[in-house]
Amino acid sequence: MADQAATCEAFAAELPRWIAKGDFQSLIDRLWELGYRVIGPTIIQSAIGYDELRRVDELPRGWTEQQSAGSYRLVQRSDGAWFGFNVGPHSWKRYLFPPQSVVARAERQGDWWQLHDVPDDEPAFAFLGVRACELAAIAIQDRVFLNEHHTDPTYQRRRERALLIAVNCTQAAPTCFCTSMGTGPQCSAGFDLAITETADGFTLEVGSERGAAVIEGLPIRQATADESAVAETERARAEEQISKRLDTTDIRNLLLGNLDHARWDDVARRCLSCTNCTLVCPTCFCHSVTDVTALDDGSIDRVRQWDSCFNAQFSYIHGGVIRADVRARYRQWLTHKLASWIDQFETSGCVGCGRCITWCPVGIDLTEEVAAIREVPS
Amino acid sequence: MSSAVTSGVAIAANPWLAQPARIAALTQEVAGVATYHLRFVDPEVNAAYRFRAGQFNMIYLPGVGEVAIGVSTGGVRTGGVAGPTPRTDAAAAEGPTWDHTVRVAGQVTTALSRLGVGGTLGLRGPYGSVWPLDEFVGKDVLLVAGGTGLASLRSAIYELLNNRDRYASVRLLYGARSPDTLLYASEYPAWIDAGMEIQTTVDRAAAGWTGPVGVVPQLQSRLRPWAPERTAMICCGPEVMIRFAVRAALARGLNERQIWVSMERNMQCAVGLCGHCQLGPQMICKTGPVVRLDAIEPYLAVEGL
Repeated sequence: MADQAATCEAFAAELPRWIAKGDFQSLIDRLWELGYRVIGPTIIQSAIGYDELRRVDELPRGWTEQQSAGSYRLVQRSDGAWFGFNVGPHSWKRYLFPPQSVVARAERQGDWWQLHDVPDDEPAFAFLGVRACELAAIAIQDRVFLNEHHTDPTYQRRRERALLIAVNCTQAAPTCFCTSMGTGPQCSAGFDLAITETADGFTLEVGSERGAAVIEGLPIRQATADESAVAETERARAEEQISKRLDTTDIRNLLLGNLDHARWDDVARRCLSCTNCTLVCPTCFCHSVTDVTALDDGSIDRVRQWDSCFNAQFSYIHGGVIRADVRARYRQWLTHKLASWIDQFETSGCVGCGRCITWCPVGIDLTEEVAAIREVPS
Repeated sequence: MSSAVTSGVAIAANPWLAQPARIAALTQEVAGVATYHLRFVDPEVNAAYRFRAGQFNMIYLPGVGEVAIGVSTGGVRTGGVAGPTPRTDAAAAEGPTWDHTVRVAGQVTTALSRLGVGGTLGLRGPYGSVWPLDEFVGKDVLLVAGGTGLASLRSAIYELLNNRDRYASVRLLYGARSPDTLLYASEYPAWIDAGMEIQTTVDRAAAGWTGPVGVVPQLQSRLRPWAPERTAMICCGPEVMIRFAVRAALARGLNERQIWVSMERNMQCAVGLCGHCQLGPQMICKTGPVVRLDAIEPYLAVEGL
């Protein structure tokens, strides 16, 4: 995926292009014609999630969300913007690393079960509306699933074929802190196409040859200087609105050096160990594999399912669990995300999207937890 | 039209495809502990299989699940100290076996204990880091084990003893709950003959036991001769025992770069993906199970990590 970053830079020198809102459907149509399954933002269960998208009117046009610790509400916008929101409970993780998948199937063969691959027949994805923090999250999961030690075949196949159409944020939620994590708000690398919304249309940047090929022949022209300037203003607004901060100075040693800090007891009294934060996190990758036996006993699926370090059984080992209380489990999550992730994958596991803050039912804010430890290190 | 989305990149091999293996022989070791001498059903797979001391395999029982088990010894031996694998000439002709000493503890190991000779299971591996025996050449090698933890040292024992002249000394300090739970006791005479010094201790004595009663660190504190500057220690056992053994070694002048321990955690994928086996920054399936103490020392004593 390093290639993609390099390609993006090569294309960055080009002037932005322009696609009118009235022509945007042609891009979606083109993607389907090319064999992509287009996934984009749409309203699902009173939240903006990611699902199959065929028409622009399936986008959450005119909607935005109000987010804060433990709260998410959809509200109508006055300007009818198409991408006038930030991130919801879904992330692209659910498509590249599905919540449930079959990693192998065993079928009876004499006195043994022969294990074989279950082909992943998912068509190539085109992700429409990937935010800067989400590009960063995908890059992080690339390091987890596609490293020199091991490559995950399902993730690899889906990732290599996926087309990423990024959207620059033009607003920020109070839960956003991408600037602290160095991941946004502007999309700078890792995309095939990137758009910035203005009132009449989108400026469009090409980030790869694949992206360039996709838009060939579509009603797209060079953006005017004015259009580019307006888009720049829109992007700047997002950055101005970001108010949340996470001080990452020496954060690895801060957290791993404070494993017995009193704050862990404090947060354990609030945390419900519900796993929400890990499920909405775009980088959390922990999973379990269990056997699901067919009723006729003729085959067994080895099913991989998202797991969470907040589940008590997660650390089960012959007859007991290692992380028996919520204190140990919250500590595991936070120190892994912000500290030991760096040892394991040479990057933080946090992109500053704020999902874990919004979707925590009791409103635990990881930036506040870190700040409390930083304030009085043990 | 679909050519635009076809990737030319070869997709990685699926790590989940365990290979069928048979229980070629079974040795009941102590109560609740047996050694399974496994042979891959496919002779080519069996011939090509290699492991290094300290590594583990995933044993799969269809419909039940998988469990990580260290390879306690195995492979072809030419000369030196013979492995304990019971074998006839006919069995040897079928190729080497890969031996796994298993204590009945959870669902998978319970199901495994119900399989007999000839039973089939899935095997994939080897995984994980190794005991760095090459770094121990010329040194006093101290092996410290508790309970079933000796199984994780056994392949190292055979490798050390088969190259005994490379090491200044090879000593084993081993503790078990009671005399009848001392693992591999029938092999000790051969180990002693091959140049290993063995001291055992038990938590609870029984009739006829003339050895010490107590925990392994007590043996460590009495060990003579003792030259910390040229000693390398490898250790495996229950985590609480590892903590005390490490503390005793540090107290006698070893530093954190002279001690290696084999850690145990929940393992599911064995390739550093599933996240279950973390201990601080370590993924025990990938950077372990064998880790040098300096890599985990700050985390070893943290409760519930």
